[in-house]
Amino acid sequence: MNAIEVTNLVKRFGDKTVVDHVTMTVAEGEIVGFLGPNGSGKTTTIRIMCGLLTPDEGEGQVLGHDLRTDGLKIKREVGYMTQKFSFYEDLTIGENLEFVARLYKLRPVEEHVARTLDELGLTSRRDQLAGTLSGGWKQRLALAACIMHKPKLLLLDEPTAGVDPKARREFWDEIHRLARGGLTVLVSTHYMDEAERCHRISYISYGKMLASGTVAEVVRNAGLTTFVVSGPRLDQIAEALEGRPGVEQVAPFGATLHVVGSDRNKLEAALADIRGRKDVTVEPGETSLEDVFIQFMAGSRDNMS
Amino acid sequence: MKNVTNGLFSFARLGALLTKEFIQMRRDRITFAMMLGVPLMQLVLFGFAINSDPKSLPAALVATSNDPYTRAMVSALQNTNYYRFDHIAETAAEAEQLMASGEVAFVVTIPADFGRRVAAGEAPQILIEADATDPSASSGAVSTLGTVASKALLRAQGMEAASAEQAKGQLEVVVHRRYNPEGISQYNIVPGLLGVILQMTMVMMTSMALTRETERGTMENLLAMPASPAEIMLGKVLPYLVVGAVQVTVVLVASKLLFAIPFIGSLSLLLSAILVFVLALVLLGYTISTIARTQMQAMQLTFFFFLPSILLSGFMFPYRGMPGWAQALGEVLPLTHFLRIIRAVMLKGAEFPAIAVEVGVLGLFVALFAGLALFRFRRTLD
Repeated sequence: MNAIEVTNLVKRFGDKTVVDHVTMTVAEGEIVGFLGPNGSGKTTTIRIMCGLLTPDEGEGQVLGHDLRTDGLKIKREVGYMTQKFSFYEDLTIGENLEFVARLYKLRPVEEHVARTLDELGLTSRRDQLAGTLSGGWKQRLALAACIMHKPKLLLLDEPTAGVDPKARREFWDEIHRLARGGLTVLVSTHYMDEAERCHRISYISYGKMLASGTVAEVVRNAGLTTFVVSGPRLDQIAEALEGRPGVEQVAPFGATLHVVGSDRNKLEAALADIRGRKDVTVEPGETSLEDVFIQFMAGSRDNMS
Repeated sequence: MKNVTNGLFSFARLGALLTKEFIQMRRDRITFAMMLGVPLMQLVLFGFAINSDPKSLPAALVATSNDPYTRAMVSALQNTNYYRFDHIAETAAEAEQLMASGEVAFVVTIPADFGRRVAAGEAPQILIEADATDPSASSGAVSTLGTVASKALLRAQGMEAASAEQAKGQLEVVVHRRYNPEGISQYNIVPGLLGVILQMTMVMMTSMALTRETERGTMENLLAMPASPAEIMLGKVLPYLVVGAVQVTVVLVASKLLFAIPFIGSLSLLLSAILVFVLALVLLGYTISTIARTQMQAMQLTFFFFLPSILLSGFMFPYRGMPGWAQALGEVLPLTHFLRIIRAVMLKGAEFPAIAVEVGVLGLFVALFAGLALFRFRRTLD
């Protein structure tokens, strides 16, 4: 059985279609990255999946429960971590967790809270007010609260926004540990390194699902060619290349320039004169996930404006 | 002057601030509606509804004889416009019941021997009992009584006996100010204040219940967890019953110690009625919190409801002095019904049957507000 199986989900707010016929499948035990620019419908899609929003069209099952009719069953078996910290800042960590434990009717409460505090290394901060925690600790509390009832599916909405690299690394180690225990995870993110830590990724843009698969598959299917240019005064070369036929992206990467296009012949033609220069080297390079995403973003029309 | 505009004060910057404020004011529709609604409401309510000298008050007549003098007296009282005899009581006990339940404001008793005594040239008596729980409401009717009654008697005798001299100063009008013989207005105000205080604090506090969650961003999380709308509603409003209990105790004790307000009726009956009233209030507050999007809006809606409650419930001004439309408005406010209950129980010693209807109406408010709140509550973020 798949943890998530939704077909042709549509959600409109007013005359804006925020989620436009999204079809998605997530197998049990999988970590799936959900990527896309701001306002692309990631949060809305996740909210539909945990029963916070009702889709206007389409249907699906989450953990075998119908999306439209079994909202309460889904809520009991899903852990949802909101984008913005949404626990009570005037309660301590312990009190927040006790509240959550009792809402899920976990018994004995004290045992569940103690175990969760221990697993996430929060025991020493148990009596600290949630409002006084730093970003990383808040995120840890939020994760603790949404895995305490041992959900089968974890929905994480940009969980690592505003969190330092070390805390992010630890967070992802934790996610992988949980997935090994059979938990399914759908996580939305903007970070490429996080996308690469997922088993599979799905890319959504302006409500439409544009690509799905492993990172390698997504990069390969994009069919992009990349050349790496290095040499002096790369800014002048970048300016010269911009707008030439076949050149779709020019982006500086450290001391090099990535030049990306979908038509290899046109791209080579565009680079011919630069390749001829003595002081500049042009080599075929590997297309990165980021190049693919920039390409997607440039190609999709913004329906938000 | 150049320095002033560049440094401490600049009209350009002031303009930017003003523009921003006006834009925000216009976007917040409830606030905008309040700005127009509150002054208009105050004007209309104060202007048209309030009348501190109420006329046409319901009265019961206890009259056993049907002689011309009695008829003349009744029509004279009715012609003052203060009295409206819509109850004819057979016995004094029946009239007493009508007054205790608040159905009439006056009981006028004309003794059976009234006509005979007038005819015999003896000094006749009539008894006017006034419900003085609200002394100001009945004062006009009582003060005009003596002259009106004497004049009526003179006229009646003038037709019969053609001698005005005979009756002069002979009519004796006995006035009983029931429940509050000294006409102390605190007897009316202090029990009413309990209702007003409860209304203000209970509704205001619970009206923030959901808006606080929404404003702090905790609503999304609460909805994502398995809590049902009824659980959330009760979880939000029940704590305020405790707050209400504390307030009730403080006001009742203070009314005894500071104001020496008499408490004739049953305390447990009053407390039961207060419980129903407070439940109606917290649910009203909760309903407001399902409508308001910010705490500011919740405050304004609370105030919007509070104002007519003070003015139209009979707390500040006599309920019976208001025109029909204002009385109808007053009927849909829980405070109106609560004031009747608390005044009846504390000052008149009313038993449950006398206040059953009012308690029933409060019960209806509870059901209505609970239903409305559950209907308005959004289980999703749609």
